[in-house]
Amino acid sequence: MKIHEYQAKELLKKFNVPVLFSKVVFGADEAGKVAYEDFMQKGINTVVVKAQVHAGGRGKGIMHNTETNEQVQLFDKPLRGVNVIHGNNIADKVYQIASNMLNNKLVTIQTGTAGSVVRRILLEEGVGIAKEFYAGIVLDRQTGKNTIMCSTEGGVEIEKVAEETPEKILKEQVEPSLGLQGYQARRLGFGLGLSGEPFKNFLSFIKNLYKAYESLDCSLLEINPLVLTEDGKIIALDAKMNFDDNALFRHPDYLDLRDTHEESPLEVEASKFDLNYIKLDGNVGCMVNGAGLAMSTMDLIQLSGGNPANFLDVGGGANPDRIANAFRIMMSDPNVKAVLINIFGGIVRCDKVADGIVQALQSVDVHIPVIVRLDGTNAEEGAETLKKSGMKFKVAKNFEDAAKKVTEVVASVA
Amino acid sequence: MSILVNKKSRVIVQGITGSEGTFHTAQMIEYGTKVVGGVTPGKGGQDYNGKGESIFKKPVPIFNTVKEAVEKTLADVSIIFVPPQAAADAILESIDAGIKLIVTITEGVPTRDMIKVNSALKQSNARLIGPNCPGIITPGECKIGIMPGFIHKQGTVGVVSRSGTLTYEAVKQITDMGLGQSTCIGIGGDPIIGTQFLDVIKLFNEDPDTEAIMMIGEIGGNAEETAADFIKKNVNKPVIGFIAGRTAPPGRRMGHAGAIISGGKGTAAEKIKALQEAGIYVVESPAHIGITVANALKSKKPKIKKTKKTVTTKVATLKKTK
Repeated sequence: MKIHEYQAKELLKKFNVPVLFSKVVFGADEAGKVAYEDFMQKGINTVVVKAQVHAGGRGKGIMHNTETNEQVQLFDKPLRGVNVIHGNNIADKVYQIASNMLNNKLVTIQTGTAGSVVRRILLEEGVGIAKEFYAGIVLDRQTGKNTIMCSTEGGVEIEKVAEETPEKILKEQVEPSLGLQGYQARRLGFGLGLSGEPFKNFLSFIKNLYKAYESLDCSLLEINPLVLTEDGKIIALDAKMNFDDNALFRHPDYLDLRDTHEESPLEVEASKFDLNYIKLDGNVGCMVNGAGLAMSTMDLIQLSGGNPANFLDVGGGANPDRIANAFRIMMSDPNVKAVLINIFGGIVRCDKVADGIVQALQSVDVHIPVIVRLDGTNAEEGAETLKKSGMKFKVAKNFEDAAKKVTEVVASVA
Repeated sequence: MSILVNKKSRVIVQGITGSEGTFHTAQMIEYGTKVVGGVTPGKGGQDYNGKGESIFKKPVPIFNTVKEAVEKTLADVSIIFVPPQAAADAILESIDAGIKLIVTITEGVPTRDMIKVNSALKQSNARLIGPNCPGIITPGECKIGIMPGFIHKQGTVGVVSRSGTLTYEAVKQITDMGLGQSTCIGIGGDPIIGTQFLDVIKLFNEDPDTEAIMMIGEIGGNAEETAADFIKKNVNKPVIGFIAGRTAPPGRRMGHAGAIISGGKGTAAEKIKALQEAGIYVVESPAHIGITVANALKSKKPKIKKTKKTVTTKVATLKKTK
């Protein structure tokens, strides 16, 4: 699960990770008012206006009009996802930027051309920056330990640094039974070339950051850039925080942090029924039990000349209700021109699955070819149920046969 | 005839009285697995017969703790069906009680918990399979998991996989070719798992009755690459590999918590390349798993040089002769 920068910063504050004064706003009038009352009147004369979307690359991203798809121009240049305002008339400028950002879409290297619609804006005080760093924490799957990474190359894509100059990434693995040790924090601090007061500030920063990562059940926590200010402070200027979905039961409060606007509407709908659905760009929908088999089914569709329209795992033990809901969600994607249902009956019996499919098709209007492949437990009884239903299924005997039928169908709808 | 488990394995079930635990215990007993006890804290002291449609062939004694169960039954394997909130604790309890093989079926165990478990495992002699896996089966001897027993057949192909139903698919394709399996292990799809491809492949390599190894991987992480490196240097049996997820988009978690391409790493293309370089027979289409295994066994050549071409032509020839 992903959250916004402003939400991550609120959480980090609770762990004494230093962040700047900021306020989130949802409307342009509100943006102007907050800029005036909470910034100008308090003597803050630099405000950073940051679009809040889950995708990265916001600083370089450009705002586009949601309807015309044209770039949004403001103050004689394209409006970006992050803007620094200072001098006089801050409130007025913030108001103008906010009204041009809200409900328009931000296109960044990570969003693709579709972009992400901006619905929330963070106003943050400006700060004099002496140096920019990178700090991140993530699980190292090979060792099964959390790894802290720091780099002097802040503010740029860390993947790029890892590829081009891997020696510039400092790593410390945290021993689970011991926790982050002082010498590890010092090694990182010295590695970044810090000394004196900034060094001390970094030590407490990195310890608190790790504490936050662990306590909050994060799967990723990235501060990029982490900055050293002109007056020697260490501050998290940005924050990217992802949570381990498996640990959500420990944090019921995270539900309030979910922003469903950032997810595809069909995916949000699917999550209500506990279905694992990911929308893709193809034309052949697929519904499968089990994640590995679902991925292979997508692969098979591509090998057969089609393109998968989605990943959809109805779970190892698919029941008729889930299948009906899954079918409805898959059919709501207008790109879907054919459907492949691939169920391997293990514990779940194919005849039950077939009942579910027939039931589902009675409540959903289907005008496109449906290929069904049932194998495993009670597969023959399942095939019989499908035949008896009088509906036009293409019943595939096995995986190979399913591939052949997909190829035929794809050729006929192309 | 197998690795890790056989007809002598003495199994206890943690979470036996829950609905999943009950259902699968009945199925395991039906298959012939020696289920010698169950653990449900607070329900110790009774004999459990199952419930609803899942009635056991014979009652199973219930214990409050794993330690007590091990003392009374001499169990050496445990299978865990407890909910994710309690799964790490259940695994740690089994490690503490001296269980040698712990199979964890539970899906959705938090990573933070598994980091702790992983650390405890390294300081013990126990082996963990899973979590979030279908378990382990030695066909004809014992089934310690949730896989459908009837698709399996005794034989010489060792199967190891990160997936559940995809493993069943592969096993059935192998069985349909008239071949059987020595042991099949689902190692699980989570970022932290107790047993890796590498561990299982080492065991299959040493098992005299395993003649070929089928490895079913997927996108995410680099466990397949690590295994491929070992195979290249140490394995002289034919190895067949399949990687699921070549159409998966980067940055999206494909069902399994571990199945994600992040930072451009863990793609299917990268893994397939590593497999090919190790001389592994790479299955291109998931529909050709069985036939590729049959061909690899027939060729008797442990390794191949031009994987892609060799295999596809062979598939074509075999189809014609059919």
